[in-house]
Amino acid sequence: MSVMVDIRSVRKSFGALTVLKGIDLQVRSGEVTVVLGPSGSGKSTLLRTINHLEKVDQGVISVDGTLIGYRRSGDRLYELPEREVLKQRTRIGFVFQNFHLFPHLTVEENITEAPVSALKRPRKEAVENARGLLARVGLADKAEAYPRQLSGGQQQRVAIARALALEPKLLLFDEPTSALDPELVGEVLDVIRDLAGQGTTMIVVTHEIGFAREVADNVVFMDDGRIVEQGPPADVLDRPQQERTRAFLSKVL
Amino acid sequence: MSSDTLAKIPAVPDAPDHADSLRIVPQRRFGQWAAAVVVLALLGLALTSVLRNKAFQWGVVADYFTSDAVLRGLWLTLWLTAVVMVLGFALGTLLAVFRLSANPVLRSVSWGYVWLFRSIPVLVQLLLWFNIGALYPELFGVKTVDLLGPAQVAVVGLTLHEAAYAAEVVRGGLLSVERGQIEAAQALGLSRWRRLRRIVLPQAMRSIVPPAGNMLIGTLKGTAIVSVIAVNDLLFSAQLIYHRTYQVIPLLMVATLWYTVVTSVLGVGQYYVERHYARGSERAR
Repeated sequence: MSVMVDIRSVRKSFGALTVLKGIDLQVRSGEVTVVLGPSGSGKSTLLRTINHLEKVDQGVISVDGTLIGYRRSGDRLYELPEREVLKQRTRIGFVFQNFHLFPHLTVEENITEAPVSALKRPRKEAVENARGLLARVGLADKAEAYPRQLSGGQQQRVAIARALALEPKLLLFDEPTSALDPELVGEVLDVIRDLAGQGTTMIVVTHEIGFAREVADNVVFMDDGRIVEQGPPADVLDRPQQERTRAFLSKVL
Repeated sequence: MSSDTLAKIPAVPDAPDHADSLRIVPQRRFGQWAAAVVVLALLGLALTSVLRNKAFQWGVVADYFTSDAVLRGLWLTLWLTAVVMVLGFALGTLLAVFRLSANPVLRSVSWGYVWLFRSIPVLVQLLLWFNIGALYPELFGVKTVDLLGPAQVAVVGLTLHEAAYAAEVVRGGLLSVERGQIEAAQALGLSRWRRLRRIVLPQAMRSIVPPAGNMLIGTLKGTAIVSVIAVNDLLFSAQLIYHRTYQVIPLLMVATLWYTVVTSVLGVGQYYVERHYARGSERAR
């Protein structure tokens, strides 16, 4: 299987704080990678570098063979103009912990905004597509609702539909269930599980170990800006090789 | 304590047996009544004094209220207010975007502009622009006095002043929009312009509209200041008439009543604008 995401020697600091201390990670097409780790381990930052919401200080990231955020010429990387970066982002879906739906737009407008304005799709086609996506996440009757009229779980499902509307090659989830009431977590995980079943390439940062065990092809455990351990869930979750992984799992399980 | 013993204790020593027949008498608030009577009496006195004072010449007020000269002045006041508001907020929005940009030069220029034009009294500014010909007798090959008549000076002076305040109002509104909204729009690939116009500004409007409404009303009345440079606004038109007829008070009343009427109408308009931008918010449901 071809490599969808290729991350090499990525380093990132915020002032004096080094958040990513040399990350190498490959994600193959159609696979689900779940990233685990304590808060502050750099997993969200890593996810945000993949669609260039954070610039890296060093290293390269490519998605589907295309360098993200830069153009390479010889041994130099030239930062791309924002227009080019925006175009790259339309191929990468991002789902935020706090949904970040646009509160002044209806559910349907939230979903059609990017296809119409960034991909120049005809509005009619975008609306039809949005209806289909809403049905897929089980919210066919909520097209005209405003985000605040929905529960957290429903809002997150709309956010997933919004990301899917761009027909991305890759979906990134940044703790998609962490802001939800416990009884609403299931409905969001169900949608993500469905997508995984359909062969969507995904990277999911989460604290849901059970979900990781069930859905992940590859589990990555991060701590202190480094990847400590990775492999199939049966290995990393049940037979961790590293002491740090064992300590983390014993606390969250 | 059992309910049996409770029942045996009387609520008050001489309470009658049927508690449900007791009448509750609210506390008598003599002070409140007295205060209300005094205030109403004073208001009444003031009103009758105003209405019975012949010097107000209410008949003259009625005569001039819809006279051509006054209506032309009113029209100019409304036109000037609208132009200054639109240009002032356009420039103010630009300044606010500069102030929040990543470019330190744009940021400093915007800060400097706001500092300068908030520091100069608008009256002083108008007089400076009115006399700009002393500094630059010619502009673009045209005599400055021909290029900048009183009305143009009024537009320029008031707009520059308005923009400084509008910049701060808009900046406050932009800052009120959650950072995550911009990130979500970036992640979806929306262009910078689209993010501003479609995502950030509509949400910022909720905090921009109330102070902007304040500014609109302030500007409407503030335009009266242009009477000092002989612009034919509502106040100046009234002044022109009373300089001729010596009916100072009734004509000032004409202007006052018109300012009150327009302000009231604008207040109603603001209510609907606020309701429009509250779409999707909890209070809009």
